[in-house]
Amino acid sequence: MEDTKDITIGGVTAPAPIESTATEGGRDARGPSEKQTVAPTINVAGASPEIFPDLDTDDLKIVLGEFEGPLDLLLHLIRQEQVSIYDIPVARISDAYLKYLQLMQELDIAVAGDFLVMAATLIELKTRMLLPRDPFAAAETEETDPRLDLVNQLLEYQKYKAAAQMLWSRATVERAIFKRAELETDKNNPEVVVGVFDLLRVFNEILARHKEEVLLEIEREEISMAEMLERLRNMVMSAGELNLRAFFERARSRRELVLAFLSVLELVRTTEVRLFQEQTFGEIIARVAS
Amino acid sequence: MSKQKTAKVAETIESREEQSVAARAAVEESGAQPPSSDEPAPHTVENARERMAIIEALIFVSDEPLSAKSIAEVLKCDREVIETAIAQLADEFNARNGGLQLREVAGGWQFATRPEHHEHVRAFLKSRPSAKLSLAALETLAVISYKQPITIPEILDIRGVQSPSSIKTLLEKRLIITRGRKEAVGRPMMYGTSKEFLIQFGLKDLSELPSIEDFQDLAGGM
Repeated sequence: MEDTKDITIGGVTAPAPIESTATEGGRDARGPSEKQTVAPTINVAGASPEIFPDLDTDDLKIVLGEFEGPLDLLLHLIRQEQVSIYDIPVARISDAYLKYLQLMQELDIAVAGDFLVMAATLIELKTRMLLPRDPFAAAETEETDPRLDLVNQLLEYQKYKAAAQMLWSRATVERAIFKRAELETDKNNPEVVVGVFDLLRVFNEILARHKEEVLLEIEREEISMAEMLERLRNMVMSAGELNLRAFFERARSRRELVLAFLSVLELVRTTEVRLFQEQTFGEIIARVAS
Repeated sequence: MSKQKTAKVAETIESREEQSVAARAAVEESGAQPPSSDEPAPHTVENARERMAIIEALIFVSDEPLSAKSIAEVLKCDREVIETAIAQLADEFNARNGGLQLREVAGGWQFATRPEHHEHVRAFLKSRPSAKLSLAALETLAVISYKQPITIPEILDIRGVQSPSSIKTLLEKRLIITRGRKEAVGRPMMYGTSKEFLIQFGLKDLSELPSIEDFQDLAGGM
């Protein structure tokens, strides 16, 4: 149960468990037709759930309090029953706990497995507390309290719950503090990794330049993808690095340009070459990948 | 600044820049290995007031909290000297009670607004308060920050409830990072808090968190 649950109950009658735990406010809330003006609160074992009558649909909307888990619920019950955490009346607390689980089921909330594990633990504790002491056990061996593990677990959890509160306050204060906005120099990274959009932009620039030239001769010689790959590989290998603009400019037709572009993508994909850019919007350089 | 003063300052800056250009040219001509930094080293600072002023400027231009170590590297002097200077600078700066504070966070120093003025700052920036973490996520974060590195089953032991969505949120917000695997059955992943955590919660370092035992008394009394 990590989120607040919104439950809509059809009809006017709330399920029985609400009745059993509801205070006077809860009874009022059962009839949305009773024209109440204030949203009543009922005291289910949750952090004061709220009921909102939805006048359009005749439905009741119940917002249950938030429990972070079985330990949280248990702590709440211990506080509500006003008992000592060091001397938990297991029967009373496990009854309250089970009642809450029953309510969750009635309301069709999927009860998380962790809640059921705790229910089993409580019932086991209850039975062990009911068993009489072994009369033959040596008198001096003090039997450890079966509740000890649970108490320690609760105490431990309680500390982190309080720590979470501390983090919450810190975060609230921090959200009200602002640092200076980013300066242009912050992004002045000398070696910018080239994205596919930078490649496309260079490609487009070349393409645009080609459009301007009116080509009169008809190209016969056609280069294949394999040949283009070989050409790029050779050019990069021989010089160690290659300006992509220069490479694209060598292409003599639109088709050749497309192949050139694809071959760059291919060699980057196979990690034979890596692309670098010395500055934003600068030249894109292909280098042999080490 | 008066017109005359501006001119004088400009002249000084110009001459320093010329020197640096000349130095670079000389390096290129001689074909020697370029020095680790392009610029020639700035002049050494002996004056304490000047040192504080420079530190203030460095912290201002840095985009994230600036550590005393980084400042010491730029100013080429001992870290202790820098730390003393920062402490004095912070005292003087914060005594002004102005709109800004100089504060230590995540192992560095930064300028930030004071929380008191958040309404107006927010109105100007037209920013909404960022999304809050759920209580479940905060609880998980509390357990991780005190018990790191910690595995998910260990978090379950303390919280008594599974926290997959909390872990996911915390990872997405970069508040926690993975910290290797535990040498145990199944080699489960371990988690710890990030530098982002220190920044977002305004902590100098993890030791600034109150001791977990202190929460015993707070939580007790029932």
